[in-house]
Amino acid sequence: MTEHVATNETILVVGGGISGMTAALEAAETGKNVVLVEKNPALGGRTSQLYRYFPKLCHPVCGLEINQRRLKNNPRVRVLTMAEVTGIDGETGNYTASIRIRPRYVNENCTACGECERAVETMVDDPFNYNLGQHKAAYLPNAMAYPQRYVLDPAILGTPDAEKAKAACKYGAVDLGMQEETIEVKAGAVVWATGWKPYDAAKIQPYGYDRFKNVITSVEFERLADIHGPTGGRILRPSDGKEAKNIAFIQCAGSRDENHLRHCSRICCMASLKQTHYVREKYPEDGTSTIYYIDIRAIDRFEDFYQKVQADPSVTFIKSKVAKITEDEQGNPVCHGVNTEGYKRYTTPHDLVVLAVGMEPSVKGIDIPGHIVADSSGFIEADPANGAVFGAGCASNALDVNRAVQSATAAALRAIQVVNKVAKAEA
Amino acid sequence: MSANTAVAEKYRNNFLKEIEEQVEMGDWVKMCMQCGVCSGSCPTNFQSAWEHPPQELFMMIRAGKREEVLTTTSMWNCTSCYNCIVRCPRKLPITHIMHGIAEYAHRIGKAPKMQPTRFFSGLFWKNCTHTGRVNELKLSMGLYFKDGLGAGIKEGMKMKDVALGLMKAKRLNPFEILGGHKCKDQKGIQAMLAKAYEIERARKAAKMEG
Repeated sequence: MTEHVATNETILVVGGGISGMTAALEAAETGKNVVLVEKNPALGGRTSQLYRYFPKLCHPVCGLEINQRRLKNNPRVRVLTMAEVTGIDGETGNYTASIRIRPRYVNENCTACGECERAVETMVDDPFNYNLGQHKAAYLPNAMAYPQRYVLDPAILGTPDAEKAKAACKYGAVDLGMQEETIEVKAGAVVWATGWKPYDAAKIQPYGYDRFKNVITSVEFERLADIHGPTGGRILRPSDGKEAKNIAFIQCAGSRDENHLRHCSRICCMASLKQTHYVREKYPEDGTSTIYYIDIRAIDRFEDFYQKVQADPSVTFIKSKVAKITEDEQGNPVCHGVNTEGYKRYTTPHDLVVLAVGMEPSVKGIDIPGHIVADSSGFIEADPANGAVFGAGCASNALDVNRAVQSATAAALRAIQVVNKVAKAEA
Repeated sequence: MSANTAVAEKYRNNFLKEIEEQVEMGDWVKMCMQCGVCSGSCPTNFQSAWEHPPQELFMMIRAGKREEVLTTTSMWNCTSCYNCIVRCPRKLPITHIMHGIAEYAHRIGKAPKMQPTRFFSGLFWKNCTHTGRVNELKLSMGLYFKDGLGAGIKEGMKMKDVALGLMKAKRLNPFEILGGHKCKDQKGIQAMLAKAYEIERARKAAKMEG
């Protein structure tokens, strides 16, 4: 992380998930200087919060590790974590961005030894696990966080816990005097890769996500299956910690719905098909999955993945969008609806219901400076009016990891063309 | 040629087009994506009253099942609770489509004659346009005797206590049977309705000829 002066030949990448990391690296590896801005204390975004990704069911640790190594070896990328872009002024080839950096209270001396974590007693919600669990107020954001550096939660500032953390650190890394700062960065082009957020499932009133503990979202289910998650990789239901063996997956929870998200989020069918593998992996004897769907959209070359899941006797497919969920006396969520194959009404209890929630672009509703053109769902469009601000990854469309990487590479190429023009103009 | 055979001839093998042109809001039918939320959300379906729930009706329309759709009692069971409209992910005005199909089936003489909702609708309309006022005694008795004298007496006896209670509270006047209360300008009402019928008939005839 060499500190270099940003000029209008610099490319600013906003968002440090898989798309932002890719765009930053692709641009830097062609010799461009890049500033990579990430809101969270560590890079990796939602990809790092997955247990496995489809279609090969490998752990995201693998793909991210390669990118982290590329980053570490590349002096042209300056990574700013806990930083948010608050404004962009200017035009193609000449932008100035204001970036607000929140204090981490831990400086570069940190070796991630974990002494501060052991010293501190206060517990706070763990957003990496979608607040399903808690962690210490001095924490490493996740096991493979980049940068490998601890963070102090501002909640303990001014309490004895903060002093304990400071005293425990042998390297003088805890700096309680850190202040929020705002810096200005010049850039010739901007890659906007702020990704997505899971649709707020509580808004789907008949599914009762806000009322029933055993109705969870697909992203939360990823954390339940992960060995680094709140249950240590055991699929236990939130209400009573019972092993959840009979699991329902509800597709299009928010997506393809004019009342919620009007677009197809594209990944959820594959995500649920993938998650049936988790059920089988954790409960090979008696785990069962039921997928309630309108139609399965196994995008890309994944039809064979779908067929393999179809052939699995532990997985049942029911062609129906669930109309309503209730809860019985044992706390089991009960799905109600009509099976459109045969038009039979069903009332089926499950141990756990997983809502395959849709992708909402993070940029939606946020005023991205520079009059950004977005489609009716809020995804950034490739429009000349956007100047040299290019959407990448899930800020531009509902994409899986594979396609997000392709989209980010394309955005990097567009940004490179802009700064090349700038360089020639000045030469 | 009856109204029914005329339209049947015109839309031979294209029932969807017939529904789109003749049924109010019928042009929405093609937008259904068969998710089943309307049927799952329908409160009347819990009593298995529906032979064909809404999304099945839409599919039957697209499959050209003209006789089955127009003669079924299904859409007559709609209580207009609007749950389906609120929930439909494609924002189809399902309640209105149900009433539209029912009205069309009635218009061309396909609707099941003795289906209670249809029967009651006709009864109500005749009752209230006759004098310009609703005669509740005749209306309820008309419904009781729908299926004949025996069934009517049986139904009447079942409701006896309610009727007596209403009479006691002066909410039911037994002398209404002799003709009942009327509005002042009955002729004016009849003339107004005749004119409305004329306009409506002309509009629908134009639609049928299309």
